[in-house]
Amino acid sequence: MNNKLADKIWTIVFYIISGLVVLLLFSLLSIILYRGLSSLNLTFLTTGAKFGEAGGGIAPQLFNSFYMLFIALIISIPLGVGAGIYLAEYAKDGVFINIVRLCIETMASLPSIVVGLFGLLIFVNLTGLGFTLLSGALAITIINLPSLTRVSENAIRDAGRHVKEASLGIGATRFQTIWKVILPAAMPQILTGVILAAGRIFGEAAALLYTSGMSAPPLDFSLSNLFTVNSPFSLLRPAETLAVYIWKLNSEGMVVDATKIANGASAVLVIMVLLFNLSARLIGNKIYKSYSGK
Amino acid sequence: MKGNTYKNIKNEYVGRSYAMFCGILIVCLTLAIIIFLGYKGINTFTKEKYSIIKFLLSSNWKPDAEIPEFGSLIFILGSIFVSIGAIMIAAPVSIALAIFINFISPKLGKKVILPSMELFVGIPSVVYGWIGISVLVPILKNLSGGIGFSLLAGIIVLSIMIMPTVASISSDALKTIPRDYLEASYGLGATRWQTIKKVIVPASKTGILTGIVLGLARAFGEALAVQMVIGNTLKMPFNLFKPTVTLTSAITMDMANTIDGTPYNDSLWSLALLLLIISFIFILIVRIIGKRGEIK
Repeated sequence: MNNKLADKIWTIVFYIISGLVVLLLFSLLSIILYRGLSSLNLTFLTTGAKFGEAGGGIAPQLFNSFYMLFIALIISIPLGVGAGIYLAEYAKDGVFINIVRLCIETMASLPSIVVGLFGLLIFVNLTGLGFTLLSGALAITIINLPSLTRVSENAIRDAGRHVKEASLGIGATRFQTIWKVILPAAMPQILTGVILAAGRIFGEAAALLYTSGMSAPPLDFSLSNLFTVNSPFSLLRPAETLAVYIWKLNSEGMVVDATKIANGASAVLVIMVLLFNLSARLIGNKIYKSYSGK
Repeated sequence: MKGNTYKNIKNEYVGRSYAMFCGILIVCLTLAIIIFLGYKGINTFTKEKYSIIKFLLSSNWKPDAEIPEFGSLIFILGSIFVSIGAIMIAAPVSIALAIFINFISPKLGKKVILPSMELFVGIPSVVYGWIGISVLVPILKNLSGGIGFSLLAGIIVLSIMIMPTVASISSDALKTIPRDYLEASYGLGATRWQTIKKVIVPASKTGILTGIVLGLARAFGEALAVQMVIGNTLKMPFNLFKPTVTLTSAITMDMANTIDGTPYNDSLWSLALLLLIISFIFILIVRIIGKRGEIK
């Protein structure tokens, strides 16, 4: 009887712990959104920061975040998928593949501030370019490469299992098989991984502090400016992202209504992350449906 | 036909070379990180001739004094205490979550807990830091009467951040327990709690331990969220309600304020190198745990 009672009590304890964790998440999200919504409006999203007076917006930082995400993905997807193909299809068991795996493991567990410092050393100082968007994107590539490689490797292994031999059997070369048969089939799964990575990139700050810098020059979209070094699309300009901006607002008391801006910016970041997660989930469900034939 | 074959062979080589290049690039990048950080971080010991023992065990940190001192014990202990505190909160909760997902209510686990974990991971660390400053710190201030920025604030923020890591790895470990074990246990008349305590947790010890070590590693390396709430005062971390400082927060704060090549700057790179070495140690521990798990 005692044992049964203990079992009941522990079952309730597990329910309570899980319930509290979910409650914590919902209260966190509602605090972030509730506090942010009052400062969220069109002016906030479309104007730049103001110095010495209230009412500044986050437009340059928001643009930089998206642009950084775009550039970082353009650099890291081909590399991650390439490495995934290598591990899943070409690599033979042996010393070298063990080294590659150890390196992936090492890279995956590097603290992002350490990656940022490496970026400072190589991309910022050694090349002499200073704080640039490109340096930030490269640092983020280092952070993302391990997870993208893993996702691609698994996706390619899963997709290749059934169709690979059929394709090789009708005379396709290995690369043809990968390019025309396996990659298209693995794409949805890779895409899910990429979107989740995008959420992480969007909120990354530690690796960017010392690579893409802590200043956001005003963005001038006029035609005469688009092809100069100061163009909004230039890779060689400093580009403070939204996440870095939140950090800076707290460490330097430069802006009058820092609290309000940080609240708004946090809400924007969290909404974006929610959107990324939601779309990854939708794509994931779609894949599941197409595989299970429903 | 002949041209086509040539093109195919060429594509095969190009494709294979590209894939190989990506693999090699990963190795090169990792080596470059180790070499360059090592090269920068070693200056304190070669150029300044500061002894490694003193660097690790002295708490005398005066990097910009006339005769600079680089004893970084405070940072090291700060990092250790804040990570251990965080894992002490996160580990039991995470293991409970993992058990809940797999054995108590898989349906709720899949529909509610797992998506919640994904959202917890998704919230950026600066947002955790900001919520820490604007919600948690005032609460702690009211509770303890101090300034609120404290070791405890760092521990709480970190414990939430590493919980999903520990929970998802532990959950994967619990998933692989053979059904036979459970059936044998239930067949002997054990209740679910007895099975959890005596069969499930012991059988997945290796996986849970891996999760805990990786959670610790993540806590150790987290920079901004901790830096925002821990107060960054050069004080030993012996009081939960007092501010202290960690390796990552010291680097984040001071790297921008020091000039490249000065002893102060060099000492920050040494801290970064130490951080890198500690993250290697964590990987090593995970590997050792994995190996021991395999043999059994």
